[in-house]
Amino acid sequence: MSHKVVVPIGPYHPLQEEPEYFRLYVEGEKVVDIDIVIGYMHRGIEELSEHKHFDQIPFLVERICGICSTSHPFAYVNAVEDLIKITIPERALYIRTIIAEMERIHSHLLWLGLAGHFIGYNTVWMWSWRYREPVLDMFEMITGNRNHYAMMKVGGVRRDIKDEDVPILKKTLDDLVPAVDMFKGAVMDDPVIKARLKGIGILTKQQAIDWAVVGPTARASGINIDVRKDDPYGAYDKVSWNVIVEEDGDIFAKTKVRILEMYESIRIIRECLDKMPKGPIDFDVKDIPPGEGIGRVEAPRGECFHYVKSDGTNRPIRHKIRAPSYMNVASNKIAAVGGTISDATITLAAVDPCYCCTERLTVLDKHSNKNIMNGWDLIRLSQEKTEKLRNSIK
Amino acid sequence: MFIADEIKERLDEKIIDWYQHSSRRIYFSVEPKYIQAVAGLLFRDLGLRFSIATGQDTPQGLELLYHFSFDKTGEIISVRVLIKDKKKPEIDSLAPLFPAAEWIEREMWEMLGINFIGHPNLKRLLLADEWPEGKHPLRHEDES
Repeated sequence: MSHKVVVPIGPYHPLQEEPEYFRLYVEGEKVVDIDIVIGYMHRGIEELSEHKHFDQIPFLVERICGICSTSHPFAYVNAVEDLIKITIPERALYIRTIIAEMERIHSHLLWLGLAGHFIGYNTVWMWSWRYREPVLDMFEMITGNRNHYAMMKVGGVRRDIKDEDVPILKKTLDDLVPAVDMFKGAVMDDPVIKARLKGIGILTKQQAIDWAVVGPTARASGINIDVRKDDPYGAYDKVSWNVIVEEDGDIFAKTKVRILEMYESIRIIRECLDKMPKGPIDFDVKDIPPGEGIGRVEAPRGECFHYVKSDGTNRPIRHKIRAPSYMNVASNKIAAVGGTISDATITLAAVDPCYCCTERLTVLDKHSNKNIMNGWDLIRLSQEKTEKLRNSIK
Repeated sequence: MFIADEIKERLDEKIIDWYQHSSRRIYFSVEPKYIQAVAGLLFRDLGLRFSIATGQDTPQGLELLYHFSFDKTGEIISVRVLIKDKKKPEIDSLAPLFPAAEWIEREMWEMLGINFIGHPNLKRLLLADEWPEGKHPLRHEDES
């Protein structure tokens, strides 16, 4: 006789950037239902933002996410610039685009590494983080920081990219291409990775539409959306690149989208560096008039949405922020149900919710409330499954 | 053709007011009673994507902005409704139409105290369990 067991993942804290709590209901190995509880890290930034003046807010919203830290300030300045209807100097548009694409590369490499770790491919983990490191060095060279670059301001950017830095950045990109080739080969051609990721955690196109998911999660389900193409900002309409779309909706498709997107990011940065005109990098904004504005940015995880309303004072009266994971995490209700516990780690991680701290996963027996497994046991379970597959294929 | 033009045609007398802020940002005001019909038309019939909703406490009442994105042209259609009754604010839930609205309605329910009629799972999303009942952080009168 099967009995339902609750597998709590979280709240401090599962595969997410913020503490979140997934309550998996399992029968045997199968996940039959999932309950998602969030709010453990709610910091009230929307309210806080109403008490800061317009120039302080980029620093505040930069701290929403530590991984895609430029996406929020970028979306915010887009919203304010939409509100006051100004166009900013062209060089600033290019610099913003370069920073945002560098961020996409480092974020996707981070995800790839962790995904590799969860399914027992620690070499992928080590290698992808090793190649992420030079990207962070480039951030340090250009902005002075490895993260929280503080580049965005209303009307432009705060720092220029120096001419002598351009060849170094280009060299780093050149070195990165063979690394991405390697990952592409390692993931696409490996029968074990295929067996672990293909057909797992599927989100169909219709489900993706209903749950309004964004970013690679949507593009892997055959939905051709990308704010960079659809509602161009920065310099995205001035360079040529492609939107990567896959049809299958499983974790393999999500992985493929992210790997192929790194090539496009490299292409965008290279072209931006070549096309970037000389000139001023910011426009002095004196007053913010009353009105409302909406800014969007395609963050590494999808559309990041900011709405700003001003009454003519130096502070906004409403600032709504919607991070991409807000839509994507909710869709786990579909993707994880019907799968097995050993696939749960990678399925919940597949939307790239800026995870860490998986040691918070535990398996509890519903009746005795006794701990059966903790997070490391679950990762081990996932890794053992890969090992078994690997041996059976040999 | 911009989707905003088609929306204007299809909604017709349901629109109280509209304005185009910039080339791809269009705002429509409708009566709260029409919200399900309007959202259904935008999401199901015209294929817009639900981006998010913004709730706000204004002197005139509680204002909700439902942001829909039309990705073929990059337009954002924001549907504005004003709930004048601040004592017992309520509006039809959109969650039965599309699950993407579930979380944001729970958030607006706890932050502004708006009751979403027909929501399948109206419970706290972000606020802590210890947070006092009936206190809504984004309501301005609560500050005094």
